[in-house]
Order: sequence, then C-alpha cells, then structure tokens
Amino acid sequence: MAYLLIFFSAIFVNNIVLSQFLGICPFLGVSKKVDTAIGMSAAVAFVLTIATIVTYLIQGLLDANGLGYLQTIAFILVIAALVQMVEIVLKKVSPALYQALGVFLPLITTNCCILGVAILVAQGTYNAQGLEPNLLTGVVYAVSTALGFGLALIVFAGIREQLALMPIPKAMQGMPIALVVAGLLAMAFMGFSGVDNGLAGVFGL
Amino acid sequence: MKYLKILYNGLVKENPTFVLLLGMCPTLGTTSSAINGMSMGLATMAVLIASNFIISLIKNLVPDMVRIPSYVVVIASLVTVLQMFMQAFTPEIYKTLGLFIPLIVVNCIILGRAEAFAAKHGPGESIFDGIGIGLGFTIALTMLGAIRELLGTGRIFGAELYSDTYGMLVFVLAPGAFIALGYLIAIVKQTLKI
Amino acid sequence: MKKLQSTLPNMLIVLTVIAVVAAAALAYVNSVTAKPIKENEKKTLAEGIDAVLGVQGAHVESTDTIKDEKGRVASILYQTDKGIAVQAVDHKGFGGDLVVLVGFADDGSIKGYTILETHETPGLGSKADKWFQADGKGNVIGRQAGELTVSKDGGDVDAITASTITSRAFLRAVNAAHATYSEHE
Repeated sequence: MAYLLIFFSAIFVNNIVLSQFLGICPFLGVSKKVDTAIGMSAAVAFVLTIATIVTYLIQGLLDANGLGYLQTIAFILVIAALVQMVEIVLKKVSPALYQALGVFLPLITTNCCILGVAILVAQGTYNAQGLEPNLLTGVVYAVSTALGFGLALIVFAGIREQLALMPIPKAMQGMPIALVVAGLLAMAFMGFSGVDNGLAGVFGL
Repeated sequence: MKYLKILYNGLVKENPTFVLLLGMCPTLGTTSSAINGMSMGLATMAVLIASNFIISLIKNLVPDMVRIPSYVVVIASLVTVLQMFMQAFTPEIYKTLGLFIPLIVVNCIILGRAEAFAAKHGPGESIFDGIGIGLGFTIALTMLGAIRELLGTGRIFGAELYSDTYGMLVFVLAPGAFIALGYLIAIVKQTLKI
Repeated sequence: MKKLQSTLPNMLIVLTVIAVVAAAALAYVNSVTAKPIKENEKKTLAEGIDAVLGVQGAHVESTDTIKDEKGRVASILYQTDKGIAVQAVDHKGFGGDLVVLVGFADDGSIKGYTILETHETPGLGSKADKWFQADGKGNVIGRQAGELTVSKDGGDVDAITASTITSRAFLRAVNAAHATYSEHE
C-alpha cells in the first residue's frame, strides 16, 4: 500500500513541477500545444525511468570505490549518453515512436528533473513514505514523478491553448501571463497537500 | 569600453531571467528569501565565470564533434568543486540550496553562454561576459527573493519591516513564486522597454 | 591557432585528456575539503548538543544507536559529561522525515530541543524550531515528555497554527526521544 502512497504523493502532493520546481524549462517551453506536451511527457517518462535505474546502479559502483564525488559528472554523462542511445534504438526499432518523440529527445539532457530525480533516488532523500529507499521504491517514485510531470504539462498546455485566444494587456503577454497561470495551477495542486497523510491513515500505515 | 558593453549586455540586453528566460528552475526554487536567491545567483555566477574562462582557453583544442560533451565535463567538474567547497566552508547555505547546487550543471545559461560566447571569444572577454550574465542572474534572483520575502513574511534580508502575521504566506510557497516572477518580468520589461 | 580537426584519434585523445584532468582535479579538491566537511558535521552536532543541554563544550562520552524494525536509525542517545541528549526521527511530518535533538534534565524533563532536519512547509510547519521553545506558544521546555499530545488530540500542547500534522510529528519525535532516554536510565 505504501507504494500507492509514493505514487499518489509524487503525482499530486509533491508535484515535481508545481511544488518542487524541477523541469520548469520544458514546462514553460513546450506547453503551447497539447499534442507537443503529450509527446514531451512520454519522452520524459521513458528517459526518466531508464536513467533512474542506470544511475542508481552507477551510484552503487561509485560508492563501492569511494568515488562518490564523481556523482554529478557521471550522472550527467550517463544521461546524455542514454538519451543518444534511446534515440538510436528508437529510430531502428520503432520509427513511428521515433517520429513522435524524436524532436524532444535532445531537449531532455538539460531537463533538470531527470538529473534531479536521479540524484534524489541515488541519495535516497526522496519521500519514500516509510519504505526503505531502494531500487524498487526508487523506480516507483521515478515513474510517478514522470506521470506528475506529464499531468502538469498537459493540463498547462490545455490552459495555454485557450489563453492564446484571449485579449491580454501588452506587458503581460507571453511569459508573464503563463507564469501567473502556472501559479494558479500550483495553488490548485496545493489543495492536495496533506492528502497523503490522510490516505496513510485510511490504509492503516 | 568594450568590456563595459559586454557587462551591460549581460545585465540588461541579454539578462538571463528577464529577457532570455533561462534557468527558471533555480529562479523559482531557491528564491523563498532574498539571501537564498542571492546565494544561488552568486554560486551560479562563480561557475559561469570559471566555465567561460576555461572554455575560451580550450576552444581551439576541442574538435567540433565532441564540443558539447567536453564542455559538459568541464562544467560538471566546476559544479562539483563548488559543491565540495560550499559543503566545507558555507555548510548553512549548502543545506538551504540543497539539490539545486548539483543542478547548476543543467542550468541552460551556463552551457548556453559557453556555446554562444566563450567558444567564439578570448578569455578576457569571456570572463566579463560571465560577470555580466552572472550579475544579471544574481540581481534578478535577489529581487525576486526580496519581493517574496517581503510580501510573504514582512522581512527583507531577515530585517523585519512589519509583523509576519500580516504576511501573505502564499508568496513564500510554490504558487507565489510563479505569480511574483510573472509580474516581475512584466514590470521590468515594461520599465526598461526591452 | 587553428582548430583541431574532428578526426577519430583527435576526438578520443581530447575527451580522454579532459576526463582525466577533470577526475584528477576533483580527487584533489575532494582530499582538501573532506576534512573540513567532516569537522562541520561534528561541529553542528556538538553545537546542537550544547544548545539543548544549555551548557558549553559538552563532551560526548558514548553514543547508543537504536534501530527500528526496518533497520533504519530511529534514535541516537548521546551520553555526555554534562547530561544526556537524544536524537529521534518521525517519518510522518508534513514533508517527510522530521529529526529532532532533545536534551534532558536529570529528572527526565525536557531541557531544550533543536530541529536537525525538516522538510516542513516554509512559513507554516517550519515554525516548529521556535514554537515549542520556552518563549513560544506551545512551550514544552521543562515538561515531562512521553505522553505529550496537541490539544486537538486531548493533550495540552498548543499546536502550531494551521500545522497540526507537523506539531503531531514533532511531539511524536520528542516522545520517542524520551522513550529512548527512559530505557537508558
């Protein structure tokens, strides 16, 4: 049941974009259309899950050799290489999927939610809801986080599509109004805060 | 004169926060108070100056095809060095900024400046570009931090202006970050006509 | 100087050299900063113990670490020459783990506390570091811990305004610290 809690909390309560401030660049950058938002979310979910597993194993290797200080360098290189690899494999195996995700893949290397989640999982400093932070809980957390990212991005893109049709004061056009809308969305998500504790009570944890 | 122009360019014309809209994660994530925003800005500036300098020195030694990976390794090393120094000598700030310090690596400002400026200019100019852009970023973060701290808790840099009973807590929390930044960008753009 | 061509040997050499130089530089900086980092951690703990016991320069004589059923550190008891301080954790704070350090007087009452780790909401739950002190509204200093609960749950400690969950987590951690302390006595 605690896994369900991690899942729920990472998507709604501690949403990676709206309450943790990770992955803001793609959130603001590729949210003008719902279609592209869906593509980006799928690409992030894919890379985030694989990157979390690989970097978790690498962290084990680094720690075993007393090289913990190489974490940042190793992780960013692994993520960059991974993105390249995913791109090549997708191109060969599933051209249709590559068509859909291809343009987003290069953008993902500098998406800080990938490196951020990889570091959180490797250090075990994410909210594991009382479970021991290991590879399994880490992956559950990573997948849920990616879903949370997707949810925020797609909802935001839906709002921005409508926003584009509205008359807006000149100074607020573009990024300023988008940020204010994101703030209102974050406020809506704040309504979920504490729900994970309530659920924990319901599950009897 | 040339250096002044580069400084002005980074501070105003290509201000990373208000004009280029880069590095939004630390901008929103670390500005719950003026001092936090300023520390993050200065940390980023330190990495930016060093990376601009080193990359402008090695730019001719690096073949074009492995340019990006080489730059990333340089930047990641600098960030790790900064991380270790902060952990050793300013543990308080290190604790508050937390995850956002290693994430300087993926701050688009740094790789962006390496590509757009340091790879085409000499070391002297690149250092000034780092100072200009870094200061522009620091000032933006300090401003946003000060606004959020004042509206949220009635303080600026920890000095109390009015009781925090009257503070609008939402500005310290996540939604306030987005809203404050949105209005700040609109106001700055309107006043400076950029 | 002319730019190096993108031939395979060139690329390999450059990448290897950069990687080696970077790793060497990091290893060096790590060796320089490792000692101050360790000393910082020690100093933070020593200052915390001094603060909660209300003394200067307490010297830790022995420590006793107690783990919960899942093998995680639940509490650490520091036996010093000037009293006993206990570090305890509660996993159900508003934002996850809440770690407190509590100093106990000889009669088992709370002498002082400090918060070592918190992920509570800034401006709300994060007030816990002042709220329960002697001059705060939910003063617990001088009280016998063990059964402390907030007024909402039938106790007599005032919870932090709009932060009942944090207050409950804090009191659970303090009670747990007291349990460790009494077992030790």
